[in-house]
Amino acid sequence: MSKRFDEQVVIITGAGSGLGEAAALQIAKEGAKLTLVDLNTEGLEKTKEKILKVAPEAEVLLVTANVANEKEVKNYVDKTVEIFGRIDGFFNNAGIEGKQNLTEDFGSEEFDRVISVNLNGVFYGMQYVLKVMRKQGSGSILNCASVGGIRGVGNQSGYSASKHGVIGLTRNSAIEYGQYGININAIAPGAIMTAMVEGSLKQMGGDNWEEVGKEFVKPNPMKRFGRPEEVGYLVAFLLSNEATFINATVVPIDGGQSYKY
Amino acid sequence: MAKLQDKVAIITGGVSGIGAETARLFVKEGAKVVLVDWNDQNAKSFVDELTGQGGEAIFVKADVASEEDVANVYKETIDTFGKVDILFNNAGIGAVKPTEKLTYAEYRKTVSVDLDGTFLVAQLAIKEMLKTGGGVIVNTASMYGWVGSPGSAAYNAAKGGVINLTRSLGLEYATRNIRVNALCPGYIDTPIIPEDYKQTLRDVTPMKRLGTSEEMAKAVLFLASDDSSFMTGNTLTVDGGFTAQ
Repeated sequence: MSKRFDEQVVIITGAGSGLGEAAALQIAKEGAKLTLVDLNTEGLEKTKEKILKVAPEAEVLLVTANVANEKEVKNYVDKTVEIFGRIDGFFNNAGIEGKQNLTEDFGSEEFDRVISVNLNGVFYGMQYVLKVMRKQGSGSILNCASVGGIRGVGNQSGYSASKHGVIGLTRNSAIEYGQYGININAIAPGAIMTAMVEGSLKQMGGDNWEEVGKEFVKPNPMKRFGRPEEVGYLVAFLLSNEATFINATVVPIDGGQSYKY
Repeated sequence: MAKLQDKVAIITGGVSGIGAETARLFVKEGAKVVLVDWNDQNAKSFVDELTGQGGEAIFVKADVASEEDVANVYKETIDTFGKVDILFNNAGIGAVKPTEKLTYAEYRKTVSVDLDGTFLVAQLAIKEMLKTGGGVIVNTASMYGWVGSPGSAAYNAAKGGVINLTRSLGLEYATRNIRVNALCPGYIDTPIIPEDYKQTLRDVTPMKRLGTSEEMAKAVLFLASDDSSFMTGNTLTVDGGFTAQ
């Protein structure tokens, strides 16, 4: 039976853990050749091992890169074209959570650091990938925003600003590139139990973080954390040929959280 | 594996357009379908088409704005298939007419089908789904539930209502395993749009083309299947970028 990503080439950043890893597993199962990018080489190798268990035939290229460094971004795009010849899908996902504190205490260095990864990194990726996709006349880009990019959550000035920025960038570029057969969308995950969310909970609760987690999801309409693989299904759908008329859209995946308040 | 194996799906407005295309895809994915429409023209041949491919399908004639008709849809569904897992709450009407020329009766007609009908059909689905432990509802709203346009006051008001109805029902049943989401289609290539007007609509859409019923059906399938298990109270806009402009 044909699969949605047969013969397709997909780049995933932040693929060494969390949502990037979950998306990589799902898309590999569905037949794609993958370039996986992360700052953490060990994380990338672990993701590759997991992929080869569920998709032994998968072709996987690993590139260690800091997405906040434009040259390193250009390099993962160039490498992909060199090895696989094209780019059909791009999950522009790498991100960091930053400090959890009041705006007055956040600090300009921390602000720059979060913006440079979460917003500049997303822009650099789009810039180089779009050049390739425009020549091809096709492609799908999916940026990872957040519920914190739609609503005010509090105690995360850098993260919130960067994720709101990702949504603005998504809409802007989607309007430009729709005419070239390229669709660009964003997802807005809510509370998904990933290493990054675990890190935030530990900042808030220390050793008591699991209790803090329970409190944290109480206001969520579904009263649970999402699972990374649930995000994987959404990413696969939005990057597939089933979503070709979905463009400039932001899709929350949050158990209803962003509609609640 | 088929995504909707042995699920029972009610599809209102199921004999034409997005509803019919979704019925074809649902049957292909293993669902048994109940097609609901106020107009029984073409209903028999469409049921034959679906059953001819090995699917199970029945047709129930109903006006979704009539409590009696909607109750009968559920009676027929339970009598035939025993349960309801999925509702694609899709029936709708609309016409472009300047507001100063619109009669109150015309306004009421549109709102009664597009908003009241959506509520009525969803309400009975929820009652059935609570009995069996859960289900999924996908409402058809519209990109005109997000943005305004001249000459469509009743339709746009109703579709805006459908979006917030979706949010409210999604949140109300989030812990009871009933997910409620909405599809917001943009300009879709259907016979309702006059040929000579299609180019105008392509020009104003960032993708410079119209969407297809097949593309809408695939989005509905995503929302109706377990692939969207952490999504509720949500809307999926499929408009080629129109409303982001």
